[in-house]
Amino acid sequence: MSRIAPCAARAREQERGLLIPYLVAGDPDFATTLALMRELVARGADMIELGIPFSDPSSDGPVIQRGVERALAGGATLAGVLELARRFRDQDGRTPVILMGYLNPIEIMGYGEFTAGCARAGVDGVLVVDMPLAEAGDLPALLAGQGIDRIFLVSPTTAPCRAREIIEYTSGYLYYVSLKGVTGAALEDRESVAGNIAGLRKLTDLPIIIGFGIRDEETALAMNALGDGVIIGSALVEKIEALPPEATRHPEAIGEAAELIGRVRRALDHDGKRVS
Amino acid sequence: MPEPAPELGAEFAGPDENGHFGPYGGVFVGETLVRAVAELAEAYASLSAKPEFWREFDVDLADYVGRPSPLYLAERLSEAWGGARIWLKREDLNHTGAHKVNNTIGQALLAKHMGKTRLIAETGAGQHGVASATVAARMGLECHVYMGAEDIVRQAPNVYRMKLLGARVIAVESGSRTLKDAMNEALRDWATHVDDTYYIIGTVAGPHPYPRMVRDFQSVIGREARRQFLERTGVLPDALVACVGGGSNAIGLFHPFLGDSDVAMYGVEAAGRGLDTPDHAAPLCAGRPGVLHGNRTYLMVDEHGQILDTHSVSAGLDYPGVGPEHAWLKDLERVRYVGATDRETLEAFHQLTRLEGIIPALESSHALAWAGRLAAKMKSGQNLLVNLSGRGDKDIEAVARLEGADFGTA
Ligand SMILES: Cc1ncc(COP(=O)(O)O)c(C=O)c1O
Repeated sequence: MSRIAPCAARAREQERGLLIPYLVAGDPDFATTLALMRELVARGADMIELGIPFSDPSSDGPVIQRGVERALAGGATLAGVLELARRFRDQDGRTPVILMGYLNPIEIMGYGEFTAGCARAGVDGVLVVDMPLAEAGDLPALLAGQGIDRIFLVSPTTAPCRAREIIEYTSGYLYYVSLKGVTGAALEDRESVAGNIAGLRKLTDLPIIIGFGIRDEETALAMNALGDGVIIGSALVEKIEALPPEATRHPEAIGEAAELIGRVRRALDHDGKRVS
Repeated sequence: MPEPAPELGAEFAGPDENGHFGPYGGVFVGETLVRAVAELAEAYASLSAKPEFWREFDVDLADYVGRPSPLYLAERLSEAWGGARIWLKREDLNHTGAHKVNNTIGQALLAKHMGKTRLIAETGAGQHGVASATVAARMGLECHVYMGAEDIVRQAPNVYRMKLLGARVIAVESGSRTLKDAMNEALRDWATHVDDTYYIIGTVAGPHPYPRMVRDFQSVIGREARRQFLERTGVLPDALVACVGGGSNAIGLFHPFLGDSDVAMYGVEAAGRGLDTPDHAAPLCAGRPGVLHGNRTYLMVDEHGQILDTHSVSAGLDYPGVGPEHAWLKDLERVRYVGATDRETLEAFHQLTRLEGIIPALESSHALAWAGRLAAKMKSGQNLLVNLSGRGDKDIEAVARLEGADFGTA
């Protein structure tokens, strides 16, 4: 069964914002990603989103594009990502892992094999960026059959009737895209986020996690105040880009990269929401 | 009186309302674009139901593009190849030099009706970029064209034409730095400026409604050709041949003939250095189905689902996907998809130039190369219609470079 709901319930009980770092799996190699995942958890990440590298990431900005290019140059494949998730799960039985990616690698692997691979690896949720509900085929049902959450995006351009339909098929958490654009863009229109989240809140009890454009304590605090947590992607991938070669030999550098998440964790926890 | 085209069988009647041609097509885009794509589909459905819209389109095609384009019997070429008579549909004579403008005229009208003020486009050979910059200039709209850095080098004359026309050309340095990467970048731009921007896709690919809409605009080629052919000869051609990049000139020629079951059809992909090498751009001949750029179709893809780098001598065919309707026509075996290599293509380029005084685009030369092989196997009374999708002015520097000729000395 997915670890997402228990994780979100704990955070809700402690009135603590969910903090979810995103990193490209295999950037620049799987050993580094695994070491980073452990560091991120140690510094307060509640869950981890692992990006499945794809040659044509048309919803991503330049920072994540470069991360994907590094991962592919390092030989990352979807099978390798599943293996990475399994190795993480061997060491950490508690932190939810969500795979986020584009449909083609999943389509070429086959939905059945992909779902079985996720189940074996202890993956908790799957988000396919370029697969709207209407085109999802039997993938959601296959994932549901293994107790894996189906996470969908809602964006500023999602009409309310469509949001209602998306919510009906979403489990785990709802991913709210904070801006019109690609990952790594600047968060500009905070008021519209507030309004849209208030609208969504009336439609669902699912945790609403806000992503895109969140890059430091200030943006994380502002967005966390509107929803149930935040996703930090490009800002972390930028830190990974700056790692020295053979980063696993430099644990202090990996710790430093992950410290972005540590800082945001402390900011969220001191935000007065936390009672303990 | 020309014979009206027969009713299309249900298998050819696609797409369905969600943009599916059998298992292909659809709308595979990120959530931010779902609404924009749906609004476009609605706008197109409502406008295309109005005769005034098509009257406006037809007037522009006649007075601005110069349609109908001629149907030309290439006698010397027919003689040289032996066998069938070769007819050329002269899309090269359109304003801006290729079939691409048929589509940009239609989409610009749509953009105008939708109240969009900013046009964006992707381009490979630069023909679609030029055709987009042209309609933008004419309508006083802002225009941004994404072009792979490698293609900018290959198609320099078109880059300058776009700039003269007032468009901004943006070099795309990501991925393989060709057409597919330009399309990724255009999709990112659209998601970022989704409120005021109209994305003019240059071929029958992308999410629904593009494959259908672009086909409808390009079908003027086949409708004219069918009528012209019947008027000139009293019969229908025995076979049609067109090159296939994304597939817009090919579907434009083929679609009005789909119900004519005696007319054979050949779509010619870029076989590059050979279909038995990795260096080609022939997803229908040598690829498999997957999802890219908003639709499910045949792709050049590795066993892990990564899109492969393609190769073709012509920038306009250097694309790892193909329009979903072609994928469906392949599975239905209504159209045969074949390949022409770089070398065969260059040979055909020179043949047409020397024998008929027509310099063809390298893209179109792929169709000619296959047509030459086919014609030789056909009988002398038979007729073969080739879509000459564009002229080769843009390519002469590249040809000189490829052949080590001295460009610019007598
Ligand atoms: C002259 C010409 N023909 C053909 C093509 C290929 O496109 P399509 O397959 O959509 O006709 C291009 C594309 O740039 C072109 O410029």
